[in-house]
Amino acid sequence: MAELSNAPAPTPDQLVDIYRRMIRIERNDDAIRKTIRLGRLVMPYYSARGQEVIPATLSSLMTDDDKICTIYRGIHDMVAKDMPLRPLWAEIAGRVDGTCKGKGGPMHLTHPESGVMVTTGIVGSSMPIANGLAWAAKLDGSRRVTIAYFGDGASNIGAFHESLNLASVWKLPVIFVCQNNGFAEHTRYENGTSVDFIAKRAIGYGMPGHTVDGNDPLAMFAAAHDAITRARDGEGPTLLECKTFRFHGHVLGDDDKYMTKEEKAAAIEKDPLPAFKAWLIEQGHATEETLATMQATIEAEIEDAQEFGLASPLPSVDELRRDVFAQEIPA
Amino acid sequence: MSAKKMNSLQAVNAALHQAMAEDDKVIVLGEDIADREGGGVTGATAGLSTKFGDDRVKSTPISEQAIIGAAIGAALAGYKPVAEIMLMNFTAVAMDMIFNHAAKLRFMSGGQSTVPITIRTLTGAGWQTAGQHADHLEGWFAHTAGIKVVAPSNPADYAGLLLSCIQDPDPCIFIESAGSLFIPAEVPDVIVPVPLGKARIVQEGTDVTIVSWSSQVIRCQQALAPLAEAGISVELIDLRTVSPWDKEAVLASVAKTGRAVIAHEAVRHFGPGGEIASTIAEELFGQLKAPVRRLGAPYSPVPFAKVLEDAYIVSPDRVVETVKALMA
Repeated sequence: MAELSNAPAPTPDQLVDIYRRMIRIERNDDAIRKTIRLGRLVMPYYSARGQEVIPATLSSLMTDDDKICTIYRGIHDMVAKDMPLRPLWAEIAGRVDGTCKGKGGPMHLTHPESGVMVTTGIVGSSMPIANGLAWAAKLDGSRRVTIAYFGDGASNIGAFHESLNLASVWKLPVIFVCQNNGFAEHTRYENGTSVDFIAKRAIGYGMPGHTVDGNDPLAMFAAAHDAITRARDGEGPTLLECKTFRFHGHVLGDDDKYMTKEEKAAAIEKDPLPAFKAWLIEQGHATEETLATMQATIEAEIEDAQEFGLASPLPSVDELRRDVFAQEIPA
Repeated sequence: MSAKKMNSLQAVNAALHQAMAEDDKVIVLGEDIADREGGGVTGATAGLSTKFGDDRVKSTPISEQAIIGAAIGAALAGYKPVAEIMLMNFTAVAMDMIFNHAAKLRFMSGGQSTVPITIRTLTGAGWQTAGQHADHLEGWFAHTAGIKVVAPSNPADYAGLLLSCIQDPDPCIFIESAGSLFIPAEVPDVIVPVPLGKARIVQEGTDVTIVSWSSQVIRCQQALAPLAEAGISVELIDLRTVSPWDKEAVLASVAKTGRAVIAHEAVRHFGPGGEIASTIAEELFGQLKAPVRRLGAPYSPVPFAKVLEDAYIVSPDRVVETVKALMA
């Protein structure tokens, strides 16, 4: 399904920036999983380890003004969008300094200043709302774009089909980014999806659809560049199907018995992070030392955020009466 | 202040025109609503696209999830969308967007997200449209924290409450009900917002309080003359907003009369009347002269056959009988 891209090759700075976002996602994911295992965080966790390249590449081409709507497996999308980590950690710990004052939690992180507009726990529901944000951009006469992230399972729910159709009819500046990790919860792709490539579904809605190796930063960069440019130029939506793999199953702690040990091992063997790091060094875009310094800075940021989040106070029960409506409900 | 006589649909149309003229953040979307498609199946949105343009007034595909989703997204970006879901039963198709998203995003984001959308939707028995086009589902929405439920009964309130819904920072469901649409009355040329959550005393009285809203208010009004002839002094309250409801007005009235009937078109079983009746019983137990009574539709889908539909609706006669029985 690949078509020739008009995208310029990414500059060395852009490549290193993509890597920075990837390593920030990976280090943060690692810290969350360790903290859960230590019993210092109690939360359902849908790790996106293995899917870093997709939002890292797209975010490298977005501005602070651009918006995303994402899903419960979406912390990587937010970290890629440069959401600050202190309120993120306070939120997943259910504390008052959390970005949602501890009322949303890890499945519903919201941070409009970073463009993280909605995080939904309902499969498929990022898409209808992304359309509205894109409609607003059009009304504003702005060139900003909105990305709706979702998984392969979401392409089988009605919201996907309604949203793609409306976006196409209204020519909205929105990009539908399917992170196809091969499994809808526990169901293997081919046992739940009628077509071999989700990108084919774009044809039915009159928009371009591309299947991309979501673990290849260069392929992702070209596809992301084309889709974002098309949206900014007012030419309408694009469906990107980014093939990837999740290393930690559907939810942290599930036993993976719906996949073979061999296929999981093979996917982890193809971990894009070390491969991309080696390539950057080999190409002379970065050195071992500069990347080590970058990683140390990120790890310090995460450690600070973790301590901040876990030290933040618990919310008062009065919060149950606040934010239900704009006006507080009387006690 | 000058005023014009119009029916409730015309009042909705006038309010939409005024809201769009006053605030360019007000945008409208829904199936068939633009003038190219006839200005809405009821004509409630007629003239808007011609006057305010196709960018702000958009007909949509028949995609209720996409409609409410687009409204939510635009609201998150600072707009005040008015979405039409042609019939209230079709809100079922968009329930995830309404119930899981519009109603909850403010709370779940710790107050960062604000979803000032208005969902206008038509319903009501009386037109023989049967079980999938006529349900009064206010109880569904009233049971969901984070959404306001508005159900007017007369043209001036249709206009004034719709303006308030549009200006309100929270999501509102605005119910347009068949039995109240075509009764003309005066609406001011410059519509003044009617506050949400405030009931209207339709008639003052001392013996029995009737609490009602939407089209059922009309049927309760038709019961007033026979009850007056029987020497019963009725206080009729039009709640206007089902959630949050005007507890103060209702309790003050029942404290005075000592008797209460709650009448609504929605199904009685687990219906919104239960919430009001139990609140009255909890707050005024010692002051009640009779048990609180509830009138609502039977535990049945809305039927097609006229004879069944007539039996489904709470008639003025049933209101009269119930009130007389309370006084006996």
